[in-house]
Amino acid sequence: MLDVVDLTVAYGPMEAVRDVSFQVREGAIVTLIGPNGAGKTTILNTLSGVVPVRSGRILLDGRDITGMSAHRRVSEGVIQVPEGRQVLAGMTVRENLEMGGYRRPSREAQRDVARMEERFPILGERRNMAAGSLSGGEQQMLAIARGLMARPRLLLLDEPSLGLAPLMVKAVFEIIRQVHDEGLTVLLVEQNAHLALATSTHAYVIESGKIVLDGPADVLRSDPSVISTYLGQTV
Amino acid sequence: MDLLAQQLINGLFIGSVYGLFAVGYTLVFGVLDILNLAHAAVFTLGGLLAVWLVEAAGLSLWLAFPVSVFCCGLLGLLLDRVAFAPLRQRADSNFSGLISSIAMAIIFESAALGLFGARTVRFPAHTISVHIWRWGGISITSLQVEIVAVAILLMVALTQFLNRARVGKAIRAVAENDRTARLLGIHVDGIIAFTFFISSALGGAAGILFGLYFDSLSPDMGRSIELKGLAVIILGGMGSIPGAILGGLAFGLSEVLTVALTGTSNLRDAVAFTVLFTVLILRPAGLLGRKKMREA
Ligand SMILES: Nc1ncnc2c1ncn2[C@@H]1O[C@H](COP(=O)(O)OP(=O)(O)OP(=O)(O)O)[C@@H](O)[C@H]1O
Ligand SMILES: [Mg+2]
Repeated sequence: MLDVVDLTVAYGPMEAVRDVSFQVREGAIVTLIGPNGAGKTTILNTLSGVVPVRSGRILLDGRDITGMSAHRRVSEGVIQVPEGRQVLAGMTVRENLEMGGYRRPSREAQRDVARMEERFPILGERRNMAAGSLSGGEQQMLAIARGLMARPRLLLLDEPSLGLAPLMVKAVFEIIRQVHDEGLTVLLVEQNAHLALATSTHAYVIESGKIVLDGPADVLRSDPSVISTYLGQTV
Repeated sequence: MDLLAQQLINGLFIGSVYGLFAVGYTLVFGVLDILNLAHAAVFTLGGLLAVWLVEAAGLSLWLAFPVSVFCCGLLGLLLDRVAFAPLRQRADSNFSGLISSIAMAIIFESAALGLFGARTVRFPAHTISVHIWRWGGISITSLQVEIVAVAILLMVALTQFLNRARVGKAIRAVAENDRTARLLGIHVDGIIAFTFFISSALGGAAGILFGLYFDSLSPDMGRSIELKGLAVIILGGMGSIPGAILGGLAFGLSEVLTVALTGTSNLRDAVAFTVLFTVLILRPAGLLGRKKMREA
């Protein structure tokens, strides 16, 4: 579904991502793991079209979307749930969901708002509260629900478990598994490598803007260098 | 007592025009965190253009009003394209945008001078039929009622639009976080341009109402309201629409009350700005400003 070819991204003179190539097959959950500052968020942002590419190509279903504007990519079904949730804090929970469906016909979107409020009862209960008043876990639920409102084909999740209590982390991964079972393709960036590898089908390890290792998730899980660097504390 | 009541009513009338002017100011500030200092020049052009449409083109005021307001909206699009959009990528875009909006204000003012001349004009006497109501010592004209009705109608319409319409909500989303808005599929540049359109259209509408209220318009009429508009949005809370409406009314009232109580207009501006400072000492974020003053 997604083919990234020789992607290089730079902020000014500094290259944050260098010659990165990877694929996400239809129906897969692919994880990017790597240390802070490796360039994971940068990759997701170039896929979303909010950070420009220096060189390389991004293909969606074989079609080149490298130069496509961000809002058209959303229409194409490439949706990012950003790092740090980024709910629209001053708007209500309901309005956040509505904005998630911004590019869809409003009657359809309204129906999906009701569906999301059913799926995430807490969001239904809090629908008229400011999104900023939700707890961190609730905000993450809202961010994911808001992403699903766009009816994604490819969901980009940037560190969805960051800063959450263990129970909430479990809930978030449960949702990821569910939406995957419903047919969604997922590209996941995670610090929690243990859970991420257990959940995904394929993984790439990225360090200092380069892919240093990749393979099926269960193979990487038993790779000595991955164990020592990323699974050390959690195994 | 009647005099005081009369002044309160006058304060309400002029305050609603201040509010309308300030709403446009604060709308752009809320979305971009930029002060558009050309807003007062658009206000002037709106008023003068409406007079011209009535006088020279022979339109009725009820037609001249929307035409002029729409043209002011187009000026807003021009402002965005020329003065703000090219600077948006710069790290100092708040400051450089401020400067380029001053430059646009000067250009607009020169255009007003060149097009309409350096004279004071008014809407022709027959433009609008004025009826006067009297109760005891209080008199209200139908024109005043129409002015306040139009101002309030526009402000209510804007509020409803921002709270209910899909695009209105998108404006609020961009105001909160343009990066997130982009990830949600909102065409941010389009929303910003549209915001400028609405803001400038409302500024032009305020100019027409102001000219009708004082029965006098000139190319420098924006000067008198420019600083007041800024004071009103600071008073109301930067970026807050209801705050700008409330701030406009408070400012208008404090002006006319000063005149009523002191018997002269010498202290009018001084007292109005004193009210501003007093409110800011008590509530640093303004009447309806968010408590959080700065992003951490
Ligand atoms: N807007 C920016 N301007 C300049 N440099 C940036 C910008 N965003 C990221 N960088 C730099 O690019 C590099 C990659 O950052 P990125 O945010 O992609 O890393 P990451 O892998 O997501 O890290 P983390 O795990 O901390 O989220 C870092 O060195 C960072 O400092
Ligand atoms: Mg990151």
